[in-house]
Amino acid sequence: MNLDFSIIPRYIPMLLQGAWTTLVLTAGAVGLGIILGLIAALMKMCRFLPLRWLANAYIELIRGTPQLVQLFLLFYGLPQLIGVNIPEYFAAILALGINSGAYVAEIVRAGIQAVDYGQTEGAYSLGMKPGLTMRYIILPQAVKNILPALGNEFIALLKSSSIVSVIGMTDLMRKSDIIRSITYRSFEPLLTVALMYFIMTFTLSKLLNLYERRLKKNDSR
Amino acid sequence: MIVVKDLHKSFGKLEVLKGVNAHIQKGEVVTIIGPSGSGKSTFLRCINLLETPTSGDIIINGEKINDPSVDIFRVRQRMGMVFQHFNLFPHLTVMDNITIAPRKVLGQSREQAEETAVGLLRRVGLADKRDAYPPQLSGGQKQRIAIARSLAMKPDMMLFDEPTSALDPEMVKEVLNVIKDLAHEGMTMAIVTHEMSFAREISDRVLFMDEGVIAEEAPPEQLFAAPTQERTRTFLSMVL
Repeated sequence: MNLDFSIIPRYIPMLLQGAWTTLVLTAGAVGLGIILGLIAALMKMCRFLPLRWLANAYIELIRGTPQLVQLFLLFYGLPQLIGVNIPEYFAAILALGINSGAYVAEIVRAGIQAVDYGQTEGAYSLGMKPGLTMRYIILPQAVKNILPALGNEFIALLKSSSIVSVIGMTDLMRKSDIIRSITYRSFEPLLTVALMYFIMTFTLSKLLNLYERRLKKNDSR
Repeated sequence: MIVVKDLHKSFGKLEVLKGVNAHIQKGEVVTIIGPSGSGKSTFLRCINLLETPTSGDIIINGEKINDPSVDIFRVRQRMGMVFQHFNLFPHLTVMDNITIAPRKVLGQSREQAEETAVGLLRRVGLADKRDAYPPQLSGGQKQRIAIARSLAMKPDMMLFDEPTSALDPEMVKEVLNVIKDLAHEGMTMAIVTHEMSFAREISDRVLFMDEGVIAEEAPPEQLFAAPTQERTRTFLSMVL
């Protein structure tokens, strides 16, 4: 068997750097995804039809096309139209965030609709308008329904962020390519990187479980 | 104060209200009784437009409120509603439940709204619950908080949609007592209820609804003692 993990240690600083890039990228995309998802969810539940169509088109188009194509469209396609190059970092966060937003929108919508309609009626009966009702009554209760699913979405995003390596972002995945081309060995760097992804997602998932349990405890107050 | 003319309401093919005509004077306490499915709650919910009437007029203080040009949110500010299932906001404290609408809708300061709320909490006998959350309260306590929450908007009239139907028997009285106090203070009220003795005691007038219309209306002593309609008699013989 041809395996030699002793080549890995000297690349650890480089791998950690890549992991950091992956984390920053994911955090940025998550932030953008939440904002876009919230907007799209509210638009989808809005009475004004054109807004609903727009939100539906966004959600369906994004969910129905490959993420890699979306990334390429942004990074290679868009500069051709606007005549300006888009920095990789920017394109990567944008592509991942826009993609995630479509999934977050559905999560948020389901979370909002799970809040009892009596809550809306209670607020309306006090003269509160839909905007106030959403902000002070429905959304705070919806967050509890949404958090677990949102956590899963972030874990998925962390993993799928590895596709940005193809546009030259030096994230964790790309670091394994680099090590491969230096050492002419594939298995060791890839396995190391896989393990590092796993440590990140596993930690995240445990943290989310902890947070969820705390929320549940508050429920029985 | 409230005039309802030829009110119809359908849910899909099901016609629930088939031409309801009613009026409620200022300071009057009207109870609405009748069998399940007779349209009592739908009628009440149409008055503050939680249900949109299919046709007919709802006129409050001379203004037709089921008109597209009318700001129903403004109308609802003057009209409190208490629900069978309380509809308190579980993520807010009792104090915040009561003060959120006065603060966010009427623009009152926190101090001002809380001062009113403290008075209301004392009135419904729950001054010590201001920092509790609704899930910590009993059904009777929840409903009394819900009444206080409505009163915080200083409404001209109150609508009660089966306020004691979701309560354990031993808690019915504490809620009815609060409603009685309101009646004695001259609040205009429309109450959908299954509590016949309460209706008899508190009402100026009782409306008996059956199959989407008001089948009979009379002062309670008359309606309960000598109903003129056969279906009123049938209903009363079943519930009394």
